[in-house]
Order: sequence, then structure tokens, then C-alpha cells
Amino acid sequence: MEAQTFHHALTILTDVCIGCTHCMQVCPTEALRVKNGKAELFDNRCVDCGECMRVCPVNAIIVEQDDFSEIFKYKYRVALVPSVFIGQFPRDIPTRGIYSALLEQGFTHVYEAEHSAELLRESINEYITEYEDKWPVISTFCPAVVRLIQVRFPSLLDHMMQLKPPLDLAAMSYKKHLIDKGHNSDDIGIFYVTPCAAKIAAVKSPVGDESSPINGVINLNFLFNKTYRTLKNNDREQCPIPEKEQLKDFEMTWTLTSGESTHVNRRSLAIDGIHNVIEFLEKLENGEVTNFKFLELRACDESCAGGILTVENRFLTRDRLHNRAKQYLKDVSEGKRLHNKSIDQYKPYLKQHINIKSIPARSMLKLDEDMGEAMKKMERVRNLMCFLPAIDCGACGAPSCQSLAEDIVQKRAAISGCVFIQQSMQMKNKLSNDHALRIMEKTWGENRFDKDCTKKGAKDES
Amino acid sequence: MFFNMQLTYEIAGGDFGKAGYASSEIKKVLKKLNLDLRIIKKIAVALYEAEVNIVAHAYRGSLTVEIDTVKISVKAQDEGPGIADIDQAMTEGFSTASAQVREMGFGAGMGLPNIKKNADELNISSEVGKGTELEIITYLK
Repeated sequence: MEAQTFHHALTILTDVCIGCTHCMQVCPTEALRVKNGKAELFDNRCVDCGECMRVCPVNAIIVEQDDFSEIFKYKYRVALVPSVFIGQFPRDIPTRGIYSALLEQGFTHVYEAEHSAELLRESINEYITEYEDKWPVISTFCPAVVRLIQVRFPSLLDHMMQLKPPLDLAAMSYKKHLIDKGHNSDDIGIFYVTPCAAKIAAVKSPVGDESSPINGVINLNFLFNKTYRTLKNNDREQCPIPEKEQLKDFEMTWTLTSGESTHVNRRSLAIDGIHNVIEFLEKLENGEVTNFKFLELRACDESCAGGILTVENRFLTRDRLHNRAKQYLKDVSEGKRLHNKSIDQYKPYLKQHINIKSIPARSMLKLDEDMGEAMKKMERVRNLMCFLPAIDCGACGAPSCQSLAEDIVQKRAAISGCVFIQQSMQMKNKLSNDHALRIMEKTWGENRFDKDCTKKGAKDES
Repeated sequence: MFFNMQLTYEIAGGDFGKAGYASSEIKKVLKKLNLDLRIIKKIAVALYEAEVNIVAHAYRGSLTVEIDTVKISVKAQDEGPGIADIDQAMTEGFSTASAQVREMGFGAGMGLPNIKKNADELNISSEVGKGTELEIITYLK
């Protein structure tokens, strides 16, 4: 299958893409265009939020993952699962049953990525106290938000919390745990089960860190299906017995909205949904928002429960995880579940390595490196906007008239790409009907405007 | 070659829900010009304060931004009550509001000093009963 790879984890399947405007219209960084009837991406503008994938009507946007057989290259195969993975399953399936099913599929160990949340809870509070000049400290938990700020709000990068996210810390800790058990480091493969595209990008090209401790990534929806089938096929005499390490209550809900912020001892705020985050960052940049010491910003509605690779309804996932946390507290009060956590012995080691470097800007909105040139281009954009209709129809293959104007001054498009300009050019005999059609075909694909009854919604839809 | 561009936004007095709109639009343009990030941050704060001042105190006004390769100057003009004593208004914490009024949370008196803090130059002219004009200059080097 021919696929055009996004620079990140998102991939457009060009043979599936029907060339519509859905993805282009929702992209928060205007990174998508349509050319020759297919969606195209400006690599360095994409923040991996996955909004495009959410709205694609034909599932032409997918998240690349490592082949499952990759795990068998390692003698010790760790499934590093986020707690939202557990939240995908109905409540009557016990957590240890899910663990057992993962082991049955070939993993040798199962470890939840939020085991590091207790350490982070402590470190975040220390960090906020130490770095008063960074207030409000912005959490670096969500990689899509980190990338959004790099691209659209680089002047706020000074506020970024330079601490590793829980998943990296959990991976480091568990790897060390296995090495201490006498296993060879090269024999250990840690595979993260990701609920979103941004976390893959963060593993494959980390920001503020040289390399990731994670060896591979598996999509949550893929592994959910595989695991659920294993669980449904429950006719067996024995099953693998997993270790008893369990998350604490607040660790189970760490990746849900307010999961981090409620544990900050100072004034904090939690915001989810990328458009809500953008609206808030505009205010923050204006200096309109004061008093907050910590901001938890997550790209997905309901945070990781709403990740694009999740299967279950996000509200049900949230409910299940809150119930799981309640159950934990009940068990603790009854004297059950007092198992040691392997991570506790590595706290000094993890704390030593918890910091990341400062996060660089990726100011991709600039029209030119040279300010004088950028100003000239901006003037031309404003001039072009006098002629463009401000309808933002997307028929030119750009998400808005403004973005078409910017593409024109950057020599990526022509003004005749606008259907309304075409119309008036044709009226004035400056453009032949033939030529106008060819221009539209260049954007929307050859023979695109011929009768076709097999398309979605048409009478012979297939 | 010397090149400059100008942007103007009208601002209505009294509509706090829209306060910040003009500043955000100007900020969008500035981000496309590859300015130093610290400069964008300073101007964003100054612009917003100036815009809120107009919304809070004047009947109507405008923000005009002139950009060239040496400096950015923002003119915030309004038709409004004007400022009687500019020196006093520039004092941090100064407010025309009485102690009793301030106890209720009105008139913290931070606007102008905050603009000055975020500008290289701030020129104010005002006529009581007519209006106020601020000129906020930021040098790019």
C-alpha cells in the first residue's frame, strides 16, 4: 500500500483518502492542504494532536505502529500500558485478568505507566516551589500540547515544566528493576501501548531528551481488540499469573482531566480539548491570566480517556477508572493490596534523571526568516485579502482565505486557485473554462467532477 | 530599503467580553514576522493592557500598530474622560478609586505602570473630558 508518511506518527493512506476538507478544516496549526485530490501535510507544523484522524470520514489517516512481532526480538517483553487501557474493558473483567491475557499474547511482564505518578506528584510540587520565575508552570505531560506551544505559542516556552512524563519514568524504573533481577539490558524490550499519536511521536523523536527508554510502540486499539478476544475465549484450564504490583488510587486517575492538577498544592487549573487549550494560551500570552502556579493542559477532551486510539466511550473510561480507584481505597482500608512497588527503591535514581532540557521553539508561523522580507510578505497577504472572498470554503485546497493568501506569498499556491476569483476571471475572459477546470482538477484530482455514483452517500455507495 | 506596515483596530468601550480581541489579532500578525520571542511577549502584554484601558474607561478608541524593521510603535487613542494627573496615574497602585471602592475590588491601578514595564518608551498625552493617547514604543534591537 502506498502511504505518504507524516513526519510524525500520523500517516495518510493516499489510496484511501478521497480528498475532502474535513481534516484540513480542524487542524489547529493549519498544517493540511489538499493537492491532486489527496490531503498533504506540512510536516514541521503538525503537532500530532490527531484531530484530523478523528474527523476523517473514510479512515484514511492512521497511526503508524511497530509490528507486534517486534516484541519477540526480546527475551523479556514488557507491555507498558496506560491505565486508560484497563479502562477500556467492562467492569466485570478484573484488572489481573487483563494482565493475564497480555501475558498469554507473548509479553513476559505487564507494567502500568502511571506507577511513576507518586514520584511525579512530589517532584512537581518541589519544582513549582523552586521555579517561581516560571509561574504558571505548564505541565509537559501531554506531548501534543508541548508541540502546540512550540509551534503556536513559543513565547510561553519559558513556562514549560522540565520534568519527564510518567511513562518515561516508569519505563526507566522497570528496566532497572529487571536489570537488578539479573536480566541483560539488551534482552529487555519495553513496548508502550499508546492511546494517541502524540505519545508515539514523543517516543520516536523526544523533545528535551536525547533518547527514549522505550523500544517500541503498539496502538491501544490494536492491543485492546487482541486482548478482548483472548479474554472472550476463556475456555482454558490454566492461565499466566501476573505479578501483584498495583497502581495507587491517584495514579489510576493521573492521566484523566485534573489527574495532575488536583495534587498540586498551589493554585492550579486543568484544561482539556485542544481548542480550549488554544483559547486559554492566547489569554495567558496576553498577560490576562495571573495567580495560577500550575497548568495541566491536555489536547484531548477528557484527556487520555479521549485519546484517538481509544475504543471505549471516554466518559465510561473515566467512570471505570474512578471506580477502580475507589475500589483500591476500599481494599486498602480492609488491609488488602499492601504490595511493594518496585519503583520505590529507584526513587533516588529517577530523581537524578527526572529533568529534561529546555524545549526549543518551532515557530512555524513566520512568513520568512528575515523580518523585512516577512513584513513585505505580510503586506502582500493583506493586499491579497482585499480580493479573496473571506468565505473560507476550502475549495482552493487551503483551510481559509488567509491561509491561501499566505501560501501564495510563499509560492505554494496561485490566486487562480480560488473559485470565486476564477469565476470573475472567466467573466472577464482572462481564463478559459477549460483552464479553470484543469486548475480545479489539480487541487481535487483528475476526473473528480465526473459523475460517480459509488462515492459516499451516492446511490451505489460501496 | 525602509519598509513599514500599519494595522488599525477599532475598540468599543464597555464590552469586556471582547477585550483582548484586537491584541490577539495584532499578535497573530507579529508572530508571522519572525520577531524575537521576548519582544512578542512584551508587546502582547502592553497591547492587552492598553486595550483593556480603553474598554474600561473610554467611550470608544482604537489601537494602531506601526511596524518597521527598527521598532514597533503602538498608538492607543480613545475618546473618554482623559487623565487629569498623568504622573499620578503612572504610580504603581495609584487609582482614582476611593479606599472604600477599592476594598470592593475596583480600580487596582496597575494598567499604565504595567504598560511602561513592558515598553521601551511610553508617551502619554491626555485632555480631560476629551480623551487619551498612548504611544508605546518597542525597539527591535
